[in-house]
Amino acid sequence: MATLPVTAENLIAQFGPSLNFPPVQGYPGRDEPDEVVKTHCCFCGMQCGIKLLVKDNRIVGFEPWEEFPYNEGRLCPKGVQRYLQNNHPDRLLDPIERVEGKGFRPIGWDAAYDRLISEIQRIQGQYGRDAFAMLSGVSLTNEKSYLVGKFARVALKTKNLDYNGRLCMVSAGAGNKKAFGLDRGSNNYSDLAHAEVVMICGTNVSETFPTLTHWIWQARDNGAKLIVVDPRLTPIARTADLHLPIRPGRDSALYGAILHQLIKHDWLDHEFIANHTSGFEEAKKAVESYDLEWAERTTGIPKDKIMQAAQWWGAAKTSFLMHARGIEHHSKGVENVLGCINLVLATGRIGKPYCGYATITGQGNGQGGREHGHKCDQLPGNRDIENPEHRKYISSVWGIEEKEMPGKGLTAYEIMEAIHRGEIKGLLSICFNPLVSLPNNNMIREALEKLEFYACIDFFLNETARHANLILPGSLHEEEDGTVTTAEGRVVRIRKAINPPGNARTDTSILLEIAKRLGAEKHFSFNSSEDIFNELRVASKGGTADYFGITYKKIEDNMGVFWPCPSEDHPGTPRLWEDRKFKTPDGRAHFHGVPYREPAELTDADYPMILTTGRVVSQYLSGTQTRRIGKLVEQYPEPLLEIHPQTAARFGIKDRELVKVVTRRGAAEFPAQLVETIREDTVFIPYHWPGRKSANQLTSGHLDPISKIPEFKVCACRLEPQGRPAPSPAETKAYASA
Amino acid sequence: MNTTTFRTDQEFFFDPQRCIGCHACEMACAECETNGQTAMIHVDYVDRFLTTQTSVQVCMHCEDPVCAKVCPADAITKDEFGIVHSANTARCIACSNCVQACPFGVPKKVEPLDLMMKCNMCYDRTSAGKKPMCATVCPSGALFYGTREQITRNRPKSSPVNTFRFGQQLVKTKVNIMMPKGATELIVDSE
Repeated sequence: MATLPVTAENLIAQFGPSLNFPPVQGYPGRDEPDEVVKTHCCFCGMQCGIKLLVKDNRIVGFEPWEEFPYNEGRLCPKGVQRYLQNNHPDRLLDPIERVEGKGFRPIGWDAAYDRLISEIQRIQGQYGRDAFAMLSGVSLTNEKSYLVGKFARVALKTKNLDYNGRLCMVSAGAGNKKAFGLDRGSNNYSDLAHAEVVMICGTNVSETFPTLTHWIWQARDNGAKLIVVDPRLTPIARTADLHLPIRPGRDSALYGAILHQLIKHDWLDHEFIANHTSGFEEAKKAVESYDLEWAERTTGIPKDKIMQAAQWWGAAKTSFLMHARGIEHHSKGVENVLGCINLVLATGRIGKPYCGYATITGQGNGQGGREHGHKCDQLPGNRDIENPEHRKYISSVWGIEEKEMPGKGLTAYEIMEAIHRGEIKGLLSICFNPLVSLPNNNMIREALEKLEFYACIDFFLNETARHANLILPGSLHEEEDGTVTTAEGRVVRIRKAINPPGNARTDTSILLEIAKRLGAEKHFSFNSSEDIFNELRVASKGGTADYFGITYKKIEDNMGVFWPCPSEDHPGTPRLWEDRKFKTPDGRAHFHGVPYREPAELTDADYPMILTTGRVVSQYLSGTQTRRIGKLVEQYPEPLLEIHPQTAARFGIKDRELVKVVTRRGAAEFPAQLVETIREDTVFIPYHWPGRKSANQLTSGHLDPISKIPEFKVCACRLEPQGRPAPSPAETKAYASA
Repeated sequence: MNTTTFRTDQEFFFDPQRCIGCHACEMACAECETNGQTAMIHVDYVDRFLTTQTSVQVCMHCEDPVCAKVCPADAITKDEFGIVHSANTARCIACSNCVQACPFGVPKKVEPLDLMMKCNMCYDRTSAGKKPMCATVCPSGALFYGTREQITRNRPKSSPVNTFRFGQQLVKTKVNIMMPKGATELIVDSE
């Protein structure tokens, strides 16, 4: 593969992103829909309930679903506008193949499958099975996530399968497995209601999980104190009782310093520590020297604020700690997570009403999708692909010999590096847009250009797919039945509302057909999504993420079931650890010693500023979907460089001036937005945009050694004001930047 | 006579401290078929340079609506439930008197239609016993539609206020703003 078949501008003109606005009078039939389908939003891990209005096999509008217990009708702007994808002019309606110098041309499904199979066979025959990799994503349902995991190992027979959850929740997952032996938020959000202290760390709740804001306010109405740890004064931080404006990359120092104070003032639950935990002495030793002066110097947070947080956390009878990507996207993401867990364990506030701890899972099926086997090191039920017992069990469910089961493969970023090195030659991707969402994306582009063959399954031609030889038009969330598992651990039903348009097909039918043509038909004889779920139930049985007792009917009857649910008469588990039986080998919750270490890239004379990245409320992840929805694009049309006025004055930067941001990996220009709501040593750019407007041209590929999550949240940069105002957003058209 | 199922025990409350500026209310409002993709509720930053604080302006549905008083065409009416309806399309002459007169700056002249449009508290929904769209989708509870008893019980640190003083002018509204506990009126312009 080489560069794009024609210029990016040409491809954009044909395939978008273009903006879809609803007609002024609404879509015809909205007032008299054929069907009102109760399902969920396709975006974040909250998985808000929503009703879609269907007329003549098209989605024509939405209605709030007020009976669904998590969100009771509440939605964010993305949820309100989500229905605009089905009627979108950019929708891929036929398989298309690359034509050098021309772009892409439609081909029939048979020809597309023939081409794909022959390329898979050629590459695997020539370079070995693992030279063909697969990348997947957790906007997929549990059924599809499970199917992809099985497909890659049994049909494609490659070890190199990984997923975009690698950019999302893996640090939290790894930390939770180390501490609790199980990877799920310990509590559902009803435990927020009477928590005395709510501490949220590195999570811009009001922009990334807007409907969770209600639950946090409910706690505050009942008297909870809210502590927000964030380098920026986000909308949720604005009214917090305590905002700790941390210097990016110093999170574990803060949690170490708070633990130091809990120990110093004996704000500890000695009974819980003695009877239900291990490793406390190690954790204590690690923070011995982390006094307030050190903490202030390291974290950049005034010491009285750190002390106030420790006091409130220490004195509380009930509490709920939540964190998200802000502490997880680090080369020490797992350590940051373990630092938070240490605070929860030290005070013994877990497994009881209103005593909670949870990561806030980011992607729609970030929870379920990380349990059932499309991670490079994992098998269904959150089993370990290197554990002989686990391999044996799953092999028996799949009807293969254990020795045929591939081993542990490379993680997402490492797969791209291996492609860049020429070790991986072929790629099949679904539900992943790494050219926008992975860090250091100049390297990602070079890697894509080196592939001998790349096929992509997607409903829109995302930026990465422009590099493909073959694109198979797949299905939207509302075009297939299934289940997802929300950030709370609640398994909910996704209902099919319509059939895929044109010659597009469901993702499931595409994967099953490829499996068949690869000669693995006997392992993939599913007639429905429910069939796949029923096999998933068996495959997960006995694993930590045990779905065996969950059926479609049970989900529908109860508006969701919380796993673990080991038998059909089991009610599910909304709150973990009430029995104090942790899933670690010794049955105890584990403290970890978390000595502080610096982020991978520090500021210096050449790169004096800290760059951090994040999101805005109107866009979702790499923007494949939301950069095509008109009103969402208009709400925040282009990425802005948030900079403190003092810093701007130092560099002579004016509001709306174009500023070149330079890192060791790349450079890009953004309009400056002067705001007092950010630290003076830090600048922020949201990352949802492609091409020249992509913040991930700048971010670093340093990975956490355990979770292999990239360090999106901190790197060093230089600011070069360009001496001219930025063009208007309408001129820049960042949503479709080449 | 109440021939609708409008619930007279339900009121509209806006709590500015909860607003996260997400614009879900605007987007959902615009979806209503009578609004033709124009939102009747408006979200704005107060001063983005200084803060992430945003505020929402929704029609306050005044007890004695100035917009209706100054309308030369009698296009704006208040109904038995206290809803001040958007301009009657047959009568409105787009003179903008109401736009000028409203102390809250709510009515907007929609140029392409040559018509004043404003919030009618989702009369199609509320008259059928449902909540207005904006207050249904609001993810933070900044917009709430329910009983006074509910809001008083659920938000013990705030008081609903529907009395506004603009200099000498006293305005009472159907819509409430949540203020610190014990507050009874909002003095917008104290001179």
